[in-house]
Amino acid sequence: MSPLFPIPARRRTAALAGAAGLVLLVSGCSGGGAPAGSGEYTEPEADLSAEITYGVWDQNQVPAIEENIAAFNEEYPDIDVTVNVTPYAEYWTKLQTQASSDTLPDLFWMNGPNIGLYASNGQLEPITGAVESGDIDLDNYPDALVDLYNVDDVQYGVPKDFDTIGIWANKALFEQAGVPLPEGDWTWDEFQQTAADISTALADQGIYGGAGGMDGQTTYYNTIFQAGGSVIDGDTSGYDTPGAEAGIQFWTDLIESGGSPSIQQLTDTTGDQWFTSGKLAMYWGGSWFRSAITDTDLAANVTVLPLPTGEQQATVIHGVANVVPAVSENKRAAQALQVFLASQKSQQQQGDAGAVIPAFDGTQDAFTQSLPDANLQVFLDALEYAQPLPVSNNSAAWNAAETELLPQAFSGERPVTDVTAELAEQMNAALAEE
Amino acid sequence: MTSSSLRPGSPAPSLPGRAARARPGNPAHGPGGARSSGGGRIAGDGIWPWLFIAPLVTGISVFYFWPVLQTAFYSLTDWGVFGGWTFAGVDNYVALFADPSLYLSIGNTLLYTAIVLLGIPIAVYLASLLNLPGLRFASLYRVLFFLPYVAMPTAVAMVWRVIYNGDFGLLNHALALVGIDGPYWISTPGAATVAVAIVGLWSSLGFSLIVLAAGLKNIPPEMYEAAELDGASRWRQFRSITVPLLTPSIFFVTIVTVISSFQVFDLLYAILGSSNPVLPKSMSLVYFFYREGFVTNDKGYAAAIAMVIFLIIGIVTAVQFRLQKRWVQSD
Repeated sequence: MSPLFPIPARRRTAALAGAAGLVLLVSGCSGGGAPAGSGEYTEPEADLSAEITYGVWDQNQVPAIEENIAAFNEEYPDIDVTVNVTPYAEYWTKLQTQASSDTLPDLFWMNGPNIGLYASNGQLEPITGAVESGDIDLDNYPDALVDLYNVDDVQYGVPKDFDTIGIWANKALFEQAGVPLPEGDWTWDEFQQTAADISTALADQGIYGGAGGMDGQTTYYNTIFQAGGSVIDGDTSGYDTPGAEAGIQFWTDLIESGGSPSIQQLTDTTGDQWFTSGKLAMYWGGSWFRSAITDTDLAANVTVLPLPTGEQQATVIHGVANVVPAVSENKRAAQALQVFLASQKSQQQQGDAGAVIPAFDGTQDAFTQSLPDANLQVFLDALEYAQPLPVSNNSAAWNAAETELLPQAFSGERPVTDVTAELAEQMNAALAEE
Repeated sequence: MTSSSLRPGSPAPSLPGRAARARPGNPAHGPGGARSSGGGRIAGDGIWPWLFIAPLVTGISVFYFWPVLQTAFYSLTDWGVFGGWTFAGVDNYVALFADPSLYLSIGNTLLYTAIVLLGIPIAVYLASLLNLPGLRFASLYRVLFFLPYVAMPTAVAMVWRVIYNGDFGLLNHALALVGIDGPYWISTPGAATVAVAIVGLWSSLGFSLIVLAAGLKNIPPEMYEAAELDGASRWRQFRSITVPLLTPSIFFVTIVTVISSFQVFDLLYAILGSSNPVLPKSMSLVYFFYREGFVTNDKGYAAAIAMVIFLIIGIVTAVQFRLQKRWVQSD
């Protein structure tokens, strides 16, 4: 059977090599971290000529970005900007590969969980120069977010937008359940009771009052902050403190009372899917969720409630920043765009386009008007008590531990204090390795 | 590796069982002899043979062998996220072999592979059905069975994710009609691995089927005619003619299926979802590699995992080639 030999042999070699070839992606790098940028900055002259790339992950924001670039080119006609969109799922993997080979985009989006990793490894150019020259004024942006992009007392960017967390409520389901819509500030107990009441009243239709989930930013980080706890405190985990335990217990209670679907149900069908299918009355979600409901039948029935208050009022805030790599041939042109995108003019354009809430003070009105009856003002008011998304230099390492352990607490499989103690231990081990 | 014993140039034995026993005692006809005469020929032709294979060899060296060597090296280092390394000796391996995740992911990978392998007998049976003389729309069926193989794994995964949904999925809905309360397939440990493996089986069926169908075409029709005259039933013909004469093709699809099953990643990742609480309990070897290398950024450790995967696949494949002498018929 002579044709047999060449085929399996080739397949086998290819597959053997393929197993190891998977790491090909990361194997092309040369040794040694790049030197940190100096933060040097001189205001670019108007006739600066360059071709630069701008790396982003959200296709929805590209129209607003194109407007920004058109306005930018009125000031700098000779700087040619190409926008590269990489879907979020691959964005960070790709960026790491690019960073390893010093081919990062000239300007690119950065987020909280990753800023520490890139900044502490000397991959980014600080904005110190632009701040000192007055081209960027840090006072124009939410404090919590300016802090997010400050690593070891060096500022690497300013937020271009922000998001906070609120409760998206389906008014029709409240009415159907005969439960009054809460007004103004409310407490944890009131939220738990409302959720359980709706679930009970509409149980025959499989409708739930509230929903937990595995996304800390929209759920348990908020309640941990509200309980006065912390997720990360300096370089140690905050999970073994009473505040964090109470913040986790909140969701265990909600599931136990039937106020929320189980963790299994929420794995198969996520909270936002329950909500958009009209099977969930209250969804803890970010301001970004607006774009998911604007054009749906739900839009008319939706209103936003502030998060309930525990020991204190709190919400998680996060926002994306534009950063310049430490190694870039077109650094000055990239800095010119970075400064322009942080300006009031550019931020107003972003706000008017309505895809995100711009970060610059006073440019946010267009966002609240995009769903005028939904009380989106809640997300802006939340700035007063917002706390930044908890991050460290390698957040992903302990985020993985959260995903692995916390479901055991939420489902009631193990006592909350056991789980949080183990999580704190694993998280501290991960932090020690950073 | 015993692959050289399969060389086309080696003498074709009439009875495979005897040949396997006879070969070691008969070195003159063994692989050693064939290799020396072949080597002489290439040397005599000067540079030309090398030139002709140069493009392929260069590509494979640069994109396969060099990364393999690099990975082997980096598995002995503490490798920074953005490049840069410090030598760590066998630390990664020591930590890896003490890591329960390794054994868990090996177990899951074996379970997955075993289930996907069940597809091969199914494919043999289906292929022989498709090969029945006079079957109408045979090509249509072949295309239908092959489609899942060429569909994007992510697209396949998205569809199955909906089918498996515990509350609203098609599968549990169908099970409810016959009075069975289906589990949360993709969020129950254990069930999740099986659920993913069933999709793996389903999507690899088309490939096996095509290879086996081609193998069937090589079986001389006279054999069936003779069997029919002797009064053999369809089932008897299937067992005594089709299956034995198809063993080379079956061997081939087994090798390929095992290798691809050991590398399962995309289906698992896309069906279960990255924030699935059961993922740490259901992960495969390659997912484990991905998690350490690309999620938690421990790249030296991930390189060590890649080397372990490499070795496991190499050993399993070598064992298969050794065992094939016992059951694969060659003519």
